[in-house]
Amino acid sequence: MTKRIAFRNARLIDPASGLDVKGGLLMENGRIADVGPRLFNDAEPNDPEVIDCKGLVLAPGLIDARVFTGEPGSEYRETLASASEAAAAGGITTIIVMPNTEPVIDEPSLVDFILRRAAATAKVRVAPMAALTRHLAGETMTEIGLLLEAGAVAFTDGDRTIRNARVLRRALAYASTFGALVVGHAEDPDLSDGAAVTEGEFAMRLGLPAAPAAAEAIIVERDIRLVELTGARYHFSQISTRASLDIVAAAKQRGLPVTCGVAAHHLALNELDVGSYRTFMKVKPPLRSEADRAAMVEGVASGLIDIIVSSHDPQAADTKRQPFAAAAFGAVGLETLLPVALGLHHDGRAHLSHLLKALSTTPARILGLNAGTLAKGAPADLVLIDPDEPFTVKAEQLRSRAQNTPFEGRRFHGRAQKTFVGGACVFDRRTGR
Amino acid sequence: MTPAAAEPLLKSSHLLGIETLSVGEIASLLDLAERYATLNRGANKKSDLLKGRTLINLFFEASTRTQSSFELAGKRLGADVMNMSVRTSSVSKGETLIDTATTLNAMRPDMLVVRHPDSGAAELLAQKLDCCVVNAGDGSHEHPTQALLDALTIRRRRGSFEGLIVAICGDVLHSRVARSNIHLLAKMGARVRLVAPATLLPPDADRFGVEIFHDMRQGLEGADIVMMLRLQLERMSGAFVPSTREYFRFYGLDHEKLKAAKPGALVMHPGPMNRGVEIASAVADDIEVSVIQEQVEMGVAIRMAVLDALSRGLAPEGRNAP
Repeated sequence: MTKRIAFRNARLIDPASGLDVKGGLLMENGRIADVGPRLFNDAEPNDPEVIDCKGLVLAPGLIDARVFTGEPGSEYRETLASASEAAAAGGITTIIVMPNTEPVIDEPSLVDFILRRAAATAKVRVAPMAALTRHLAGETMTEIGLLLEAGAVAFTDGDRTIRNARVLRRALAYASTFGALVVGHAEDPDLSDGAAVTEGEFAMRLGLPAAPAAAEAIIVERDIRLVELTGARYHFSQISTRASLDIVAAAKQRGLPVTCGVAAHHLALNELDVGSYRTFMKVKPPLRSEADRAAMVEGVASGLIDIIVSSHDPQAADTKRQPFAAAAFGAVGLETLLPVALGLHHDGRAHLSHLLKALSTTPARILGLNAGTLAKGAPADLVLIDPDEPFTVKAEQLRSRAQNTPFEGRRFHGRAQKTFVGGACVFDRRTGR
Repeated sequence: MTPAAAEPLLKSSHLLGIETLSVGEIASLLDLAERYATLNRGANKKSDLLKGRTLINLFFEASTRTQSSFELAGKRLGADVMNMSVRTSSVSKGETLIDTATTLNAMRPDMLVVRHPDSGAAELLAQKLDCCVVNAGDGSHEHPTQALLDALTIRRRRGSFEGLIVAICGDVLHSRVARSNIHLLAKMGARVRLVAPATLLPPDADRFGVEIFHDMRQGLEGADIVMMLRLQLERMSGAFVPSTREYFRFYGLDHEKLKAAKPGALVMHPGPMNRGVEIASAVADDIEVSVIQEQVEMGVAIRMAVLDALSRGLAPEGRNAP
């Protein structure tokens, strides 16, 4: 028997086609069988399961291109299963997991492990990025060809910047041979060594070790020069300063195959949020000045910043309950990604469809995933969003195994109500599961 | 073998590279080598063309194949052959090279065959010595006798070079064999393709007037000749290529990939081979496609032709007294 679910009375938003209309959608056997403004308008569909969307937004499920878990190696922080629970509740149907695990995902057999483990335990789709250099040591490149065949979607050293420009140049050249996407973290490792926050007046008053914001732009410029030499496809996983954005903008203008993302927390928080040494605000790269935060919002609105990511990085309480400089970097973000992005819509900074594009269609395009669209025949990865529902973030209610959210107590408007992966409901706000 | 007072065959008194040779010079060398190839298959392989001449093999890099090939070529032509293997100290190569040259010059050789890890070393010796210099491989620059022996092998099998598609596969970046072959094949009218990952190609390789391929099956599509290059072991561990197994998977020549080439395509390799790295044993040892042994045989003939041609420029009475 075929499994069918009919959605009616939805506000269909498909950023892939620009569609934004009232209408209906039919899921059949895990795929989108039909969609359009007239579907189920008049007659009740005679399908076994009908969902009346009551005017809520039905959109492609979100794709989060930057998620750290602790599996394998530090499952106490997060497993693929627990991350997928949080993702489903956040309206995210595909998580791209980083290779920064123990062992590092730098072997085809380990990519295979992630894919099998995810298939067996995770509620949402999991696509692994593999390491660009062995053991993330920044010295020798990984087996990019074999890792691609194993299912890696891109190559990155996660939160590490490759210090040696020659190593990166060769890795980029080699990746270009296979048309592989390289994803970089831009933070000069020497300038930022030991730093906990961004250099500036506030850091000075707090007396915290700080790195200049230029530590990011220096690497962005370097990496773009290497892209120019090699022709490799390159994505900056997250940029956080206006200077970086200007460099990326110029590179795009020159026609270089460069894209960039921004972490949700860099859109919503600035360096002052560290307040009285709140370690949950310690992220990598660190929170920036208000001017830089505003520039990031502008970048998303203009489309110069291609995608928004959670940069979800679960950390156990004991590594955060430390003096600021000694505390671990990282913030959970899967369940706050959509609410933060919706904030830009409520502030009148960007259209809903534009934001959903940066959360689904564009990451799918950059990563080469068959997702991020409501097109007929596409996998039925969907999210039903109430863009206006007010709520307050409570850490203890987060589904992630770790609760290090920088948004504790913050009020947002709008979040996922239902999430579907391959036609199956993986989250329903009413039942909470 | 050659008539007395043979016509000069080369404009230069040295053979330093293919790039400066003309099509006519290349064709004449191949014609001459063809005759030596026939001679070498007979019972009496010896001539006295170079009787009384001294040939020094000066090798700053280990080589079995090239050195013995030149040694045999010199001996078959009746020359006195001396082999010198010099270990280079990496500190003061330039100085050592010129010192060595001066010393050797005093011994009055007629011909010097030199191999050196630095590009341009043969050129430097040619400037400093009074004898004929033959480049037996300088750094990543040229290895002219290898390209000539490859050409002879191809011409004997295919008749001419015109319109042949030759795919040169592997470590082009570090290869003097590739550079010499690119020059020679292009001059003789063949279409040259380079097949390698971007890390093993010079960034401006297209300036050679060749086609570049990163996908081996595409690069081999319709090729008449598949020329494999040796990948040095130290280049397989992450700097240029991530691993041996990945290299073999994507760039190692096996029968599966060879199917993309023209039926009856020839497989060549300058040796020594890394079996299971750039070439599968099943291909290397397949006498239907592999002409690797024939390349070695033609090597001696080519080197005899080169020594013969260069000797024609030597004064009959030897050099003038210093």
